[in-house]
Amino acid sequence: MKRVAPPGVERSRWRDLDRLLLRSGNLVGPGFEPGEEVKEILHDMLHVLVIGAGGLGCELLKDLALTGFKKIDVIDMDTIDVSNLNRQFLFRMKDVGKSKATVAAERVMQRVHGVSVTPHFCRIEDKPPEFYQAFHIIVLGLDSVEARSWINGVVCGFLEYEDDGSVKQETIKPMVDGGTEGFKGHSRVIIPSVTPCFQCTMWLFPPQTKFPLCTLAETPRSAAHCIEWAHLIQWGQVRGAEVFDADVPEHMKWIYEQAVARAELFNIPGVTLQHTQGVVKNIIPAIPSTNAIVAASCALETLKMATMCSTGMSNYMMYMGAAGIYTHTVAYEKDPECIVCSAGVPVAIEESTTLEELMQQLCAQFPEKLATPSVSFQGCNLYMRGIFEEETRPNLAKRIIDLMEGATSGVLIVNDKKLHGPLRIQLSINAAQAMQT
Amino acid sequence: MIKLFSVKFYCYCADKCVFLYAYDRDALLTLQEKQKEDAAVANGTAKAKQSPGELRLQKDISELNLARTTSIRFPNGKDKLLQFEVSISPDEGYHKGGSFVFSFDVSPSYPHEAPKVKCMTKVYHPNIDLDGNVCLNILREDWKPVLSINSIIYGLQFLFMDPNPDDPLNRDAADVLQKDPRTFAANVRRSMQGGVVGGVHFPSCI
Ligand SMILES: [Zn+2]
Repeated sequence: MKRVAPPGVERSRWRDLDRLLLRSGNLVGPGFEPGEEVKEILHDMLHVLVIGAGGLGCELLKDLALTGFKKIDVIDMDTIDVSNLNRQFLFRMKDVGKSKATVAAERVMQRVHGVSVTPHFCRIEDKPPEFYQAFHIIVLGLDSVEARSWINGVVCGFLEYEDDGSVKQETIKPMVDGGTEGFKGHSRVIIPSVTPCFQCTMWLFPPQTKFPLCTLAETPRSAAHCIEWAHLIQWGQVRGAEVFDADVPEHMKWIYEQAVARAELFNIPGVTLQHTQGVVKNIIPAIPSTNAIVAASCALETLKMATMCSTGMSNYMMYMGAAGIYTHTVAYEKDPECIVCSAGVPVAIEESTTLEELMQQLCAQFPEKLATPSVSFQGCNLYMRGIFEEETRPNLAKRIIDLMEGATSGVLIVNDKKLHGPLRIQLSINAAQAMQT
Repeated sequence: MIKLFSVKFYCYCADKCVFLYAYDRDALLTLQEKQKEDAAVANGTAKAKQSPGELRLQKDISELNLARTTSIRFPNGKDKLLQFEVSISPDEGYHKGGSFVFSFDVSPSYPHEAPKVKCMTKVYHPNIDLDGNVCLNILREDWKPVLSINSIIYGLQFLFMDPNPDDPLNRDAADVLQKDPRTFAANVRRSMQGGVVGGVHFPSCI
């Protein structure tokens, strides 16, 4: 064998990875070239971000570090609670109250030699888009629809397009998303513009069940009804001036005591402090093995994406632990009219085109879709029908290029009564004409 | 010679290869540098991304169909639509002549989630409690993403046209309406004029 063997320890350490990366086979992805170079890329070049250092995040960090990713960042705004310790195995009793991201990073670096984990103890919204742009792959271990939706918007916002409307491939930022809820979980691969984004398949996340307020007020039938009554009605009546904060133990205890009293009044069993926390914070009991299974799948997809040692999952795996170790993988389709990731319709205009002229052009071009459009650009309503019509009317006579503050391309959002959702217009302003003037 | 190592991510569902990175060491560094430059350029002009909720609200608000009895106010202007107030002045029913303000707090994931709506005006009404909680099915258990701000405003108007004592949030008001509608009407009038009903003082809202 001619290949120079690395030091013995390192060699045996990555023995299993070598089997994937140093040889070819019938499972490898297209373009895969086995060899030391792909290992080097995995170890030294790729920079991955893990969002969330909770139950799923701990598993993800451990898995990714042991898989050979050596440059990892982790972001989480939470601090460690004693109730986390049963499954968030990177944390110890002495860590309670400290930042999850910070402690998780330290612990992984202590245990996995040679890995560098950089923690960020803040909200994901505190970081600018450029922060997220710097990573090659973003791995999500989140527990809320809102946070997923936010990062999805940022990552899909990186997409840029060629003049022919096709996406510039270097602007695609891939994500791997994991989620768990009790015995159920999912892992998925989001390649913006190729596979469905989070918004495309929003319907996969059913809204949480909400009880009618009058049921809570008049005819409670379950422990959850009593807890929600204390939370939504009684708090306002008795402590109306104070803002309820589920993370303040005294607040939670008060809700619990009120719920117990109400449950006794209506002869309803089952109100416990734990149940109260679960209902108020909408927490479903976390099951460590679900986290482990979902994180393993996410880490594997991240490895496949990074090295091409196998083709990627296509594109959504659901795990149903209540039915045994049962999984099912579905190739969901993108929503061609997705308001977050769709390319939009390419439309070209001249530099001199005004907003009113553009709207006429659009109505002529899409007569079946548009008749009375409203137009916005980057969150600014350029022309809006209804109560803001008068305020935005002066913009009709203005040139688009001025309304877009000099930008020669961008995505306009058009709304119309004829449409069931916003239409994205990928606008390009004729640069040749711009040169002449 | 630098060997250009490129990696492609293959996705069956879209049935196409997507080129993600040029994994030549130099090319990778170049790409990272370029992204940093792009980011620096974008930094000056980058605007906050709009949430799906804001995008959908633009549609809802541009298509609002307000009755004469209703008005809407956006305290933060036309580009910040997530918080607003709707004022309803019923021209029929028990609450005719009064004016009632509802605050709307819309989540970035609207219409996945219903807006949070509270009545800011203290009102004597079987389906609205004294803290402003409103019992309207489409605000909670029956919310669906196809509904809109318009649907909610219709729902609120309907509450004033047809108070429902069978699903009470204010039990006292519901009992009075059920047993003695004339007393209920008198109570409503007194409350709207700034009087006391059942030991509770109501600020005038006429
Ligand atoms: Zn999408």
